[in-house]
Amino acid sequence: MSAVAWTVDIDPALCIASGSCPGVAPDLFVLDGPHARPVREEIAEDERALDAAEVCPAMAITVRDASGQVIAPRP
Amino acid sequence: MTTAGTAPLSYPFNIPESLDLSAEYERARSRPGLLKVQLAYGEPAWLVTRYAEARFVLGDQRFSRALADEHDEPRQSEGRRSGGILSMDPPDHTRLRTLVAKAFTVRQVEKLRPQVKELTRELLDELEAAGPPVDLVDRYALPIPVAVICRLLGVPEEDRPKFRVWSDAALSTSSLTAEEFETNRAELRAYMARLIEQHRKEPQDDLMTALIDARDVDDRLSELELIDLCVGILVAGHETTATQIPNFVLALLDHPDQLDLLRGDLSLINGAVEELLRFVPLGSGAGQPRYATEDIDVGGTLVRAGEPVLVAVGAANRDALRFDAPGKLDIRRTGNQHLGFGHGVHHCLGAQLARLELQEAISALITRFPGLRVAGDVEWKTQMLVRGPRVLPVGW
Repeated sequence: MSAVAWTVDIDPALCIASGSCPGVAPDLFVLDGPHARPVREEIAEDERALDAAEVCPAMAITVRDASGQVIAPRP
Repeated sequence: MTTAGTAPLSYPFNIPESLDLSAEYERARSRPGLLKVQLAYGEPAWLVTRYAEARFVLGDQRFSRALADEHDEPRQSEGRRSGGILSMDPPDHTRLRTLVAKAFTVRQVEKLRPQVKELTRELLDELEAAGPPVDLVDRYALPIPVAVICRLLGVPEEDRPKFRVWSDAALSTSSLTAEEFETNRAELRAYMARLIEQHRKEPQDDLMTALIDARDVDDRLSELELIDLCVGILVAGHETTATQIPNFVLALLDHPDQLDLLRGDLSLINGAVEELLRFVPLGSGAGQPRYATEDIDVGGTLVRAGEPVLVAVGAANRDALRFDAPGKLDIRRTGNQHLGFGHGVHHCLGAQLARLELQEAISALITRFPGLRVAGDVEWKTQMLVRGPRVLPVGW
């Protein structure tokens, strides 16, 4: 088990189910209902989670580091 | 599973001089498996027409856009639209998309709303001053998205006549030879390269300058990628919206009850635009085939590795398995997850901007002119990837 480094959150009120995040990282995000969701909310460090948050057209994804600081999307 | 025993059907089905969805799609949706179709150029392809399968193919990484480059890609014209962000898969696609995505988020785009409102007001003042009949395409539908994308990207608006010609050719399906197609693309790239050089010398507060920094400071994209990204944003950033504005006007005039409803309560505009995006099949036919990277079952048809799949979003948007009364324009429809902007990693980059422009353009127009009507012969675009009026004379 790798140590939990980051947490990933998708706001269902913002998500427009564009399918962008599972396209970027299918092992981290799934779209199996009206909105996308993270496969696991706690993940090891993974650049692709940052990418997914940056490309989300609705800015619905938030990635935080271990200290709770938001690291993506950048302001 | 069905097998490919029959000869491929000639494609696309839709005729250019209307916004109707061809009846062929209804037949295709209601039979099991996928249809095999043949476009004017390239190898035969599987055609997806149902909503669930459309989302599946567009959303699954096992279907590749980049692989099209290694095949005789199904297409409507001889020239190939290779290169650019639409021909890439992750992680290359993600690398470029992250560079531009920031400029097109809901938050960034909303900041433009006051400008767009002001622009619609000015243009409507000019229309009123000119008096009916006027061409809605040239005097309203085109100037709005052109002005917005030019300011955002950093392209001089007065060059519109120049890049209109190149942009038209880029989306044309006419008898342009591969050579003519290439010449056109080279001219458009040279034009953009000159603008990029100007921006390098005199940086501006625009997206082009931001992309130049991403290349020159951070080395995150090549020079050709930079040029093609700017070209792609310019072409995609105005042509589709400029076409959908008159299309939506025609669809509303065709459904007077829905138009009255909207005029009576403009707070319905957001839902109305979503419904129009679902209802109006913009494309002459599906394009941008996805290639299977392994054998995959799609709706009962086994798509073999290396075979192309086309997704007809206009047909998927009228799938009765997903939408109640799919052939009915209902601006109060809820849960409207249409595929008008596509789906998956290639989901339209400018979707939020297009929504804003369409919302503002339609609501301002129908409010200003309660007696809006078609006032002459509609001239249709022909031999284009997108369908819609080339000239739409209106009166009020």
